[in-house]
Amino acid sequence: MKTLVDHIVKVGIADLKFAEAPMHLRTSGLGSCVGVVIYDTRLKIAGMAHVMLPDSTSAKKDNINAYKYADTSLPILVQTLLDKGARRHQLKAKIAGGAQMFSFSSTNDMLRVGERNVIAVKEFLEKERIPIVAEDVRGKSGRTIEFSTETLLLNVRTVNQGTQDL
Amino acid sequence: MASIESLTAFQLDVMKEIGNIGSGNAATALSKMLNKKIDMHVPSVRVVDFEEMMNLVGGPEEIITAVFLRIEGEVPGQMFFILSPEEAESFVKQLTGIDDFSVIDHPDNPMALSALQEIGNILAGSYLSALSDFIGGSLLPSIPLLTIDMAGAILAEGLLEISQVSDHAMVIDTLIDGHEDEGDPIKGHFFLLPDPDSFDHLFDKLGVND
Repeated sequence: MKTLVDHIVKVGIADLKFAEAPMHLRTSGLGSCVGVVIYDTRLKIAGMAHVMLPDSTSAKKDNINAYKYADTSLPILVQTLLDKGARRHQLKAKIAGGAQMFSFSSTNDMLRVGERNVIAVKEFLEKERIPIVAEDVRGKSGRTIEFSTETLLLNVRTVNQGTQDL
Repeated sequence: MASIESLTAFQLDVMKEIGNIGSGNAATALSKMLNKKIDMHVPSVRVVDFEEMMNLVGGPEEIITAVFLRIEGEVPGQMFFILSPEEAESFVKQLTGIDDFSVIDHPDNPMALSALQEIGNILAGSYLSALSDFIGGSLLPSIPLLTIDMAGAILAEGLLEISQVSDHAMVIDTLIDGHEDEGDPIKGHFFLLPDPDSFDHLFDKLGVND
């Protein structure tokens, strides 16, 4: 019998991974980071990005990790799906994360990074005309998400707010 | 310029000494607060990628109790005081006598949460005041904030500043340990994460920049 662990692809922080049915994609402990799943509804292939920051132009060095930023990671996600045979009009997205873990009463941009991540991700998806069919964003809780390429459901788990399938 | 990836062994030793001085003072404060003997382990200084940092406390999904504060002044950075749920409950019990506080099942105990926040406050304060004496400059801590959630979600917050420059963070990690014959053990991690720009200034100040 196959154990559950066998078919889970782990996505780290500032990371991007792909999977086909029946594999699952999973990323743990999203706080202000945003987990973005884009998938082809017919082909049942999906990519999951764990985006940490909204915008690579804020980077203070040249050789950046492209998977860290929404504006660099998500184009790679979409292009790789298309290269794998996905059709643009069959692409859909589910997103979760973008929480504010600490309630500093500050206007410091770094402390609103969850909100800025959510906005950056949504702007990209809107520009690419990829519909967001489910989302669980903002709030104050950390989230662990797992996407099934079989059922196309995104399972969102929190410490105090329970678990839901989106 | 000193970047996180290219520190010398000597500079890492200096950072270790910083952890030593800070947490030594904090352990003393804790010992007075609980009226118990507290052991302090030799600090470790590690340059880790973000994934490894989560693993220091049991992985990104591990539930932790964290007091987080931002440091401004001579050496800007972030600081975490981290306890596992069991350790946090034990702390609360020893300090307040509340014995039905549970981080996961009954987290809504204002008295217990306030005690945890205050412990973080006192320990971080004593850590930083020792540190600022050592470097001869002021360190201004923000108001400490208490959060109980997944380690990944909490620690990533402390990495945001660093992540604009680097994919690695320096973690000065000290374990304090209140183990004794009777009663519950208490262990806590101090994580000090200096901002990437602080190293140069710090090493200049201490005269160990090469």
